[in-house]
Amino acid sequence: MEMTTLAKAIAIGLGSIGPGLAIGMIGAKAMEAIGRNPEASGKVFVPMLIASAFAEAIAIYALVIAFSIK
Amino acid sequence: MTTLQTNNLTQKTETSEPEPQATSGVNNHLAIIHESNLYAEPIAHVGNFAVTNTIFTSWIVAILLIIVSVSIKKKIKEIPSGIQNIFEVLVEEGEKLCDQITGSRKITETAFPVVLTIFIVVLINNWFGLLPLGGLGILQTAEHGRVFIPFFRSGTSDINGTLALAIVSVISANIFGIVSIGIWKTLNRYVNLKTLGNIFTKVRKDPMVLIVSPIMFAVGLIETISEVAKVISLSFRLFGNIFAGEVLLASMGAILAYILPTPFYFLEIFVGAIQAFIFAVLTLVYYTISATDEEYEEEHDKGEGEIIEATY
Repeated sequence: MEMTTLAKAIAIGLGSIGPGLAIGMIGAKAMEAIGRNPEASGKVFVPMLIASAFAEAIAIYALVIAFSIK
Repeated sequence: MTTLQTNNLTQKTETSEPEPQATSGVNNHLAIIHESNLYAEPIAHVGNFAVTNTIFTSWIVAILLIIVSVSIKKKIKEIPSGIQNIFEVLVEEGEKLCDQITGSRKITETAFPVVLTIFIVVLINNWFGLLPLGGLGILQTAEHGRVFIPFFRSGTSDINGTLALAIVSVISANIFGIVSIGIWKTLNRYVNLKTLGNIFTKVRKDPMVLIVSPIMFAVGLIETISEVAKVISLSFRLFGNIFAGEVLLASMGAILAYILPTPFYFLEIFVGAIQAFIFAVLTLVYYTISATDEEYEEEHDKGEGEIIEATY
């Protein structure tokens, strides 16, 4: 069993659980807000994107570690 | 010798492994190998300085942007037409968005040019890596075959490029803070000498100061660490997104060329735009935080309290 490949897989696998849940929850709350007040969808969209980019950055950190494991 | 003469032409894309896994029956000295490296590959050497393909691409993007802006500036008319319209829309909408984030017209006027420049530079650098210029490059002979090094690779897919942008962003935000609210207040954000002084001056009136002050001092020290964390998070977010996009496109192309990368190209265009936007907005947020004078805000809040009391 190749330890390097296993290490890379575990790094990116475990590292994506949190951000995946986070982006899902951000999207769910945004949908709720738009459903309550469809006129505010323009104002909700931009902060939702910004928050999703923050959450996704954590997954990107895990990906970079996975790439740099030799 | 053209590549068509080789019988077994292997072109593999692998990530950051020093030796390729050789398949049997390959004429190793004729095989061309292209590895997707975490680090950028040098294409020329000027003295001791290795010119890599990423810095070469970012120079080309910079020259392109300078030529476009200078040529537009020469033709500015009172009644806009053509390309000037696009840029006027960009600047107006950008200023509205900046006003929403900063909340203060003064900060917007000073910070907006820097933020818009960062946005355009990061955007064009991200999108440059999607152009089909990856085939132009040089072949170098290494011991396990010939290695292909492309000339053009987007400048933000190199950790050096994004680290440079992030450092410029954070340091210029701090300099803006020093210029806006003075060096004593900016110093007090990090090394809170003011609360330490409050221990001696206010201890008779308000004994709670003995507990609150050391905590505020520790918070100031944590702020210095958070500045370093800002640099790291800005640079790694942009680098990870763009580099992972490159690897993704290469992997999809290796599975089924031309057809499978197409939806991922749309994703990469979108991701490039979003990441440029996030970088610019975060820079603006850092500018706003540095230039916010907390004491003025406290007095402002006291004014609101008086108005509420007066309504009873």
